[in-house]
Amino acid sequence: MLEITNLVKSFGGVRATDDVTLTFATGSLTAIIGPNGAGKSTFFNLLSGAFGPDSGDIRLDGQSIVGLSIGEIVRRGIGRAFQVASIFPSLTVEETMLAAVSAHHRQSARLGARFPLPSTRDHAAHCIEMVGLTGKRDTLSANLSHGDQKLLDIALALVLEPKVLLLDEPTAGMGPEERWRVIEKVRELWERQKITVVFIEHDMDIVFRIAPSIRVLSYGRVLAEGTPQEIRTNPAVIEAYLGTEHEAAA
Amino acid sequence: MKSPALRDALFGLVAFLVLAALPLLTTSSALIDFVIRCAALGLFATSLNLLVGYGGMVSFGHGLFFGMGAYSFGIIMQRTGMPIPLAILLTMAVAAMVALAVGAICVRLKEIYFAFVTLAFQMLVHSMIIAWVPVTGGDQGLRGGIPRPSFLGINLADQKQLYLFSAALLVLGLLAMRHIVSSPFGYTLRMVRDNPTRAGFLGVDVYRTRLTAFVLAGVFASLGGVVMSLFVSGAYPEFAFWTMSGEAVFIVMLGGTVAFLGPMVGTVLLLLLNDFVTRVAEHHGLVLGAVILLFALGLRKGLLDFVMDWREARRTRAQAGSAGKDKMAAADKMERVAT
Repeated sequence: MLEITNLVKSFGGVRATDDVTLTFATGSLTAIIGPNGAGKSTFFNLLSGAFGPDSGDIRLDGQSIVGLSIGEIVRRGIGRAFQVASIFPSLTVEETMLAAVSAHHRQSARLGARFPLPSTRDHAAHCIEMVGLTGKRDTLSANLSHGDQKLLDIALALVLEPKVLLLDEPTAGMGPEERWRVIEKVRELWERQKITVVFIEHDMDIVFRIAPSIRVLSYGRVLAEGTPQEIRTNPAVIEAYLGTEHEAAA
Repeated sequence: MKSPALRDALFGLVAFLVLAALPLLTTSSALIDFVIRCAALGLFATSLNLLVGYGGMVSFGHGLFFGMGAYSFGIIMQRTGMPIPLAILLTMAVAAMVALAVGAICVRLKEIYFAFVTLAFQMLVHSMIIAWVPVTGGDQGLRGGIPRPSFLGINLADQKQLYLFSAALLVLGLLAMRHIVSSPFGYTLRMVRDNPTRAGFLGVDVYRTRLTAFVLAGVFASLGGVVMSLFVSGAYPEFAFWTMSGEAVFIVMLGGTVAFLGPMVGTVLLLLLNDFVTRVAEHHGLVLGAVILLFALGLRKGLLDFVMDWREARRTRAQAGSAGKDKMAAADKMERVAT
């Protein structure tokens, strides 16, 4: 379980995260929505340790992770995929994953052996399979479609066997068809692996169809939380956010 | 199943046998000399490509380690007369130490700063060679010849045996570097080149990876320097001058940075051009410059990379044709960086 209590982060005079208290149950799939500048990405950066909070606490399975290094937070089990797919363009999908698994096994500096290490094959193949890129394992990452690059990014996060997976706009910059393909893959992953998935998403159709539970951020605060039905009918959400944004998106 | 390591070793063995058979086919000492120079420069340029092609670190001071190799080996042989194999190992150890010190400072720096600080270190060493006359012979170079005592029945004073020895060092050095780029470390280096931030997230120590590559490249550059000093039986300040580094950068550009043997192809090309053009043209620099421009602006890549991409494109087209999938057109095939 991931518990966030009274989390605060300010930049200059702006409170990007303002007294946020949220809980993500183990094995849940949650969407975080909110207008631009609502503090969604800041919230993710705090969870993954890219920034330290000004005050408040983040607990993963009861243990505080505030103040730990990015690497340590990753080891504790919070994995993250990026808004812009962060991959290795000149390596194939398979090479990427084999090299990532070597790094995870602390074998990345080995000079004596030949790449790939036999011990890395199963885990790499498993991660590739989880995001559905098995058929493209020999494709150069740079030649993958936008959606597949995003899935590869997610696969890289999966290498570290996270308990919690943070996905920052997994479908950003894609056409409608590819969006659905990627988000379906994310849901499938969540169903099969039983990991806690939290994702930021702008597309309301996707959010309402996929996420059993939704958190709405606005001006750094939690505006609402609940099921899609509850969020859809929440007057505060409609006023602050859905009214304008949803029309714009549609 | 054929292991890639075995395939590389076989390839190396065949290459060595071909080189070894060459003196049987010709009595031309010019050809023999040509191959020895190829060995020296080829080791040097391939070691630079560990940094440029595989590490994404363009060093303009790599000649430091070539010069260091030639001088260390020459001085060790002149002053101690220890067995040649031992002197070579000691030279490589010296180069490793210097590379560790220089690299510890340089590899933290980004692109252009890395290039210029490596160049600065090279000029520092060059100045030391010029100034430290009692040890290095100053601008006259290390003269008086380098003693080449026989070891294990090998007499390097004999040109033919020196030729075989150089060819063996070349093949062994290339095999060792080939192994490095095919190791888990080699792929970590590619990750760091492509996306250091993400590599860091995955638990890779970016700084250590770059430093290790820098040291290894320095060690193999010094081996090239050893071959050169054996060939000319001396060492000269030009070996450590910035033009030496420039030559290696040229070679890498000519031959290619992606294919492992690109720098070897570049070495042969540059030496051929050099020898041929100096014979027929007065301003040979002008001709060489034009050729480099042709490669940089015309092919936009080194010769071997160009050939490999062309073959790959043809294969892809053939596949696409048989499968009836035109979408897989070679055109959208991205150029690979070092494989």
